[in-house]
Amino acid sequence: MFRKIALSAATALSLVTGSAFAAGEGGHVTDYAFSFEGPFGAYDQAQLQRGLQVFTEVCSACHGLKYVPLRSLSEDGGPAMPEDQVRAYAAQTFTVYDPELDEDRPAIPTDHFPENNGVGAPDLSLMAKARAGFHGPYGTGLSQLFNGMGGAEYIASLLTHYTGEEKVEAGTTFYENTAFPGGWIAMAPPLAGEDVEYADGHSNELHHEAQDVAAFLMWTAEPKMMARKQAGFVGVVFLTLLAVLLYLTNKRIWRNVKYKND
Amino acid sequence: MSGIPHDHYEPKTGGERWVHKRLPILGLLYDTIMIPTPKNLNWMWIWGIVLTFCLALQIITGIVLVMHYTPHVDLAFASVEHIMRNVNGGYMLRYLHANGASLFFVAVYLHIFRGLYYGSYKSPREITWIIGMLIYLAMMGTAFMGYVLPWGQMSFWGATVITGLFGAIPFIGEPIQTWLLGGPAVDNATLNRFFSLHYLLPFVIAALVAVHIWAFHTTGNNNPTGVEVRRTSKADAAKDTVPFWPYFVIKDLFALAVILAVFFAIVGFMPNYLGHPDNYLEANPLSTPAHIVPEWYFLPFYAILRAFTSEVWVVQIASFVTGGIVDAKFFGVLAMFGAIIAMALAPWLDTSSVRSGRYRPMFKWWFGLLVIDFIALMWLGAMPAEEPYASFSLIASAYWFGYFFVILPLLGVIEKPLPQPATIEEDFDAHYSKTGGTKTAVSPAE
Repeated sequence: MFRKIALSAATALSLVTGSAFAAGEGGHVTDYAFSFEGPFGAYDQAQLQRGLQVFTEVCSACHGLKYVPLRSLSEDGGPAMPEDQVRAYAAQTFTVYDPELDEDRPAIPTDHFPENNGVGAPDLSLMAKARAGFHGPYGTGLSQLFNGMGGAEYIASLLTHYTGEEKVEAGTTFYENTAFPGGWIAMAPPLAGEDVEYADGHSNELHHEAQDVAAFLMWTAEPKMMARKQAGFVGVVFLTLLAVLLYLTNKRIWRNVKYKND
Repeated sequence: MSGIPHDHYEPKTGGERWVHKRLPILGLLYDTIMIPTPKNLNWMWIWGIVLTFCLALQIITGIVLVMHYTPHVDLAFASVEHIMRNVNGGYMLRYLHANGASLFFVAVYLHIFRGLYYGSYKSPREITWIIGMLIYLAMMGTAFMGYVLPWGQMSFWGATVITGLFGAIPFIGEPIQTWLLGGPAVDNATLNRFFSLHYLLPFVIAALVAVHIWAFHTTGNNNPTGVEVRRTSKADAAKDTVPFWPYFVIKDLFALAVILAVFFAIVGFMPNYLGHPDNYLEANPLSTPAHIVPEWYFLPFYAILRAFTSEVWVVQIASFVTGGIVDAKFFGVLAMFGAIIAMALAPWLDTSSVRSGRYRPMFKWWFGLLVIDFIALMWLGAMPAEEPYASFSLIASAYWFGYFFVILPLLGVIEKPLPQPATIEEDFDAHYSKTGGTKTAVSPAE
């Protein structure tokens, strides 16, 4: 009786919490497939580099990445660009204010991506973890249990789900977007397709660009994901092994108690 | 220490005798680790060790996290990102700590419901039960304040809502709230005191855990039959028990390893599943999240808090009788704390002479319903405060109180219990053949 209750309680708990935290009013999010989903999913290095290109050429005009150090672009488990390339990228792309020199200078790898508060656009460092994606099936949250919370899906959906409708309210133009909670967003459609020319010759259709930059933003939000999954895997393997050994030990020591020959 | 007769520690070597004469710490350790334990304990008796592990895990990861965290409203959020990005293994430490809280509460709820089913709260274990409830309260306080520290949106707004509960107390509520917050609203002073208390309370919990263990080592463990270990002689007691080491240490460690494998899968593969995405946005006093939802482990009591709106007749009566002093908000707060106090009072509300739910045919069903009720409340706590959830919450809250204040006292009178085994040995032997080695092992539970 108790075991049955405990089991069903555990199952119910996972459902309850899953749907509870997935819950949130919102628009329609497409369940895009990303390479980093699932326990063994990994970032696609080439995709992260393409995403960086989209961010640099488009998003960075209004958005910052203030928590992300430029040096991390060369870290394993990320875009993994060569260090000299990162140094060149930093110097050519951003200038930062140096309080010691009291003047602006080209960025170096130890600097962070700059903040960008110009037009009130939110910082994107953690956006992929600050949003949830596909809650399904049927709001159970099971997809999120296996594929992650889906912030990247949300970002890719947001970038592709503009309808083209506009409205002006209190002097601000809003754009209809079926992925955005409430349906109207103040951000003008940032991508139209073919906005950037990929160095690797990859297709630059809208949905590709959107997914690439979404993947890049997932990495900026969770740069240690690959190391974390590896640590988790090693932990599970060793603990399972330990559990087997303890199971056998337990069986052995209880044998005399359970089946005493008296 | 134990009331169960058994062999006590005898120092054997000269060195041991030297220490023992000056400080009987070896004897204390020996008697604690070798305590006679009912041999029929089932798998629901493993949560104690899981809880002890959780406390150690939270303290150890927490101490390291503190080395890199900055408790200031302008720096806290960024310092957590610093931990996630720059500190060696920092992402693992933080995810272990954050999910460790969830494991802690999974274990404590299963531990509490095990106690409720097998009557572990009944005489002579009331003090163990009460200490346990105090630990649970301290855990809730610690978890709540810990959730504020990353200074995300849910941290800030959760703190605003929960400290607002104290504001609902008539007359003295608002001064208390201001005193708790260190100002008129959640701000740097709040963050600092929560940080200080979040560091302090785990050590209070550790002390309470020692008292908890001391108490049940004095009375002896309860067991699935609820029948006490025979204390007539050392030989009789030995028939009902085995020493804690190695029998239950190994068994508990096996269970712990299995649970930790699952825990590591969560930490490694889906560490944000139990969290709320909004907490990756830095706290912003000017922007209220659409839904302020507490962590999952608070949801059942949050549902009870919200269930008693001003339309509910009990609330209206309470308001009328007290001349409006007890309004809906205050009633909700009373109900929430009352729900926990109801659990704490179980030893005096349960009138049945039979300890274990195994031999209580009617109790079993009401208890099963209580488990379902608890899960339903957890679900309802996450739902928006609107129909039909509001009505469901009210029904579920009513059952929670009904179980403790009506059903438990009545069942002892009207229920006809099943016959219990005379001894633990009898129950144990009924599960295992005596002929040795045949592989018909039934698990030592139900």
